[in-house]
Amino acid sequence: MSISLLLEMAVSGNPDRLAVVSGDVRLTTQELSDLADGGAGVVDASGCEHVVYVGAGGAMLPLLLFSSARAGRAFTPINYRLSGEGIQALIERLPSPLVIVDARYRDMVGSAGAKVMDSDEFLAAARTAEPAAEFPDPDAVGVVLFTSGTTSAPKAVELSHNNLTSYITGTVEFAAAEPDDAALICVPPYHIAGVSAALSNLYAGRKMVYLASFDADEWVRLVGDEAVTTATVVPTMLDRIVKVLEAGGQKLPSLRNLAYGGSKVGLPLVRKALELLPDVGFVNAYGLTETSSTIAVLTPDDHRAAHGSPDEATARRLGSVGQPVAGIEVQIRDEAGSILGPGETGELFVRGEQVSGRYTGIGSVLDGEGWFPTRDIAMLDDEGYLFLGGRSDDTIIRGGENIAPAELEDVLIEHPHVHEVAVVGADDPEWGQAIVAVVVPVAGINPDPDELREHVRSALRGSRTPDRVVFRDELPTNATGKVLRREIVASLNDATAAPGNA
Amino acid sequence: MVKNGTRLQSQVDDTQVIVVKTADSLDDLRCGGTPMVALDAEKTPAEIDPKFAEGNVMGKRYVDEAGAEVLVTKAGQGTLSVGESPLSLKEAKPLPASD
Repeated sequence: MSISLLLEMAVSGNPDRLAVVSGDVRLTTQELSDLADGGAGVVDASGCEHVVYVGAGGAMLPLLLFSSARAGRAFTPINYRLSGEGIQALIERLPSPLVIVDARYRDMVGSAGAKVMDSDEFLAAARTAEPAAEFPDPDAVGVVLFTSGTTSAPKAVELSHNNLTSYITGTVEFAAAEPDDAALICVPPYHIAGVSAALSNLYAGRKMVYLASFDADEWVRLVGDEAVTTATVVPTMLDRIVKVLEAGGQKLPSLRNLAYGGSKVGLPLVRKALELLPDVGFVNAYGLTETSSTIAVLTPDDHRAAHGSPDEATARRLGSVGQPVAGIEVQIRDEAGSILGPGETGELFVRGEQVSGRYTGIGSVLDGEGWFPTRDIAMLDDEGYLFLGGRSDDTIIRGGENIAPAELEDVLIEHPHVHEVAVVGADDPEWGQAIVAVVVPVAGINPDPDELREHVRSALRGSRTPDRVVFRDELPTNATGKVLRREIVASLNDATAAPGNA
Repeated sequence: MVKNGTRLQSQVDDTQVIVVKTADSLDDLRCGGTPMVALDAEKTPAEIDPKFAEGNVMGKRYVDEAGAEVLVTKAGQGTLSVGESPLSLKEAKPLPASD
């Protein structure tokens, strides 16, 4: 099934519903579809083989997503925050691309791509172009997304139309939204969450309100002004929103559902959000670019059952990512590839129609039975709730022993003086790697490093005590909140020469 | 066995479906009493069988006992069936919005 069919069905179901709100742009489903037809005509006329977008998103994201589909070309939104060199290097990896770029980023694109058009130019042309409408092969690639490259050079993930539509039809009930439902989309357009938001909300029948440049005060204002009923945020956004709400006391009466994901959110922040917004349903969503977004969900009921539960096993689940979604199978395997049972930690493997596991140039990394190795350390409890233990690439090897940073981070984050923490392995002549806890203290507090080390020692085994604790004002993260561990490690290794300062 | 993702059309009305979960049973998928055909196949228009005229709803999924599942992408007046056994409406267990 092509993603274009999702838009067709949405138009068929309710052509006059307001579908997109982005700054001054307001489009009904029919208008979006007509623009996508014209957009397809523009793409087709360009003679290009691929469509690239460099920009902050807003209405351009759904428009280009569907224009490309209707022109039978794959689509790639690129991270506009990269350097010009970085952007051009990614564009150059794609076949004869038509590059649509927001005016303010035009210089970053340089002469990369086969043809370049301003976003406004494209929009104007789409309004008047001869429509084109093709029906791409469902197995054809619909979207190519570059991974964030936090642990290695960016890989080009190929998501077929089937991967994307399987995810949508498997997890979203068509047109099931209430007439007034509105989703606030503030995740980056080049992230899988941005792509899936344009598809899932359209299919469900929600008005999509775009906030292209995140600002917590603006987010809170928009939720009120557009009567937003559901929103998805990444951890850094949730942190800022919580600060705004704590200061201002807003209750966000229209909001019924708040999803968070993209990277791990510390438990104290989740609890704080639950207390500040008691009438909102919280959703923790876990997924990867390679799995067309969400593969496991901790539902609002799961949150309520876990929060403050006297039963330890139930309460623990607040720190899980919930149960796999329909159509997804999961397995935990040890290093030898044997399948592990509940309570045992190993690598998470997943399988399902929405799972791509295909990269340009590398091909498919699925095993013989269609299982995708996520490279995430994980564990399933007795009832199938999935607990993540961090990336296997982040494992610290200290004196021949493997230490998962997540284990220490989960303990340290609970200390009242710790606001954020990342545990990494710094080069060490004696141990190979030393465990360094990089802590962002709670505002106004100067934590005692030894107290923090003792806090970990009393919770975990001695060999897992951090060798050093260093304090920072903030952790380096990317736009979706992923901590840039390589940067932290590099800065620690560089500083090793300087005595008494790490 | 039809492939997952195959699109089929009714010969008695406008109904169109897509195969979400395939099974051998779908080789005899019918709408309004008449077999459904591929989207790009020639239609031989037929009369809707009044015994199979309950209709179907766009966006809903219909299943049979073998676990085969189709999603209606265009609604129509015919009942979806495998042979003479009508498909049943799949219970929606919607997930909370996560995107």
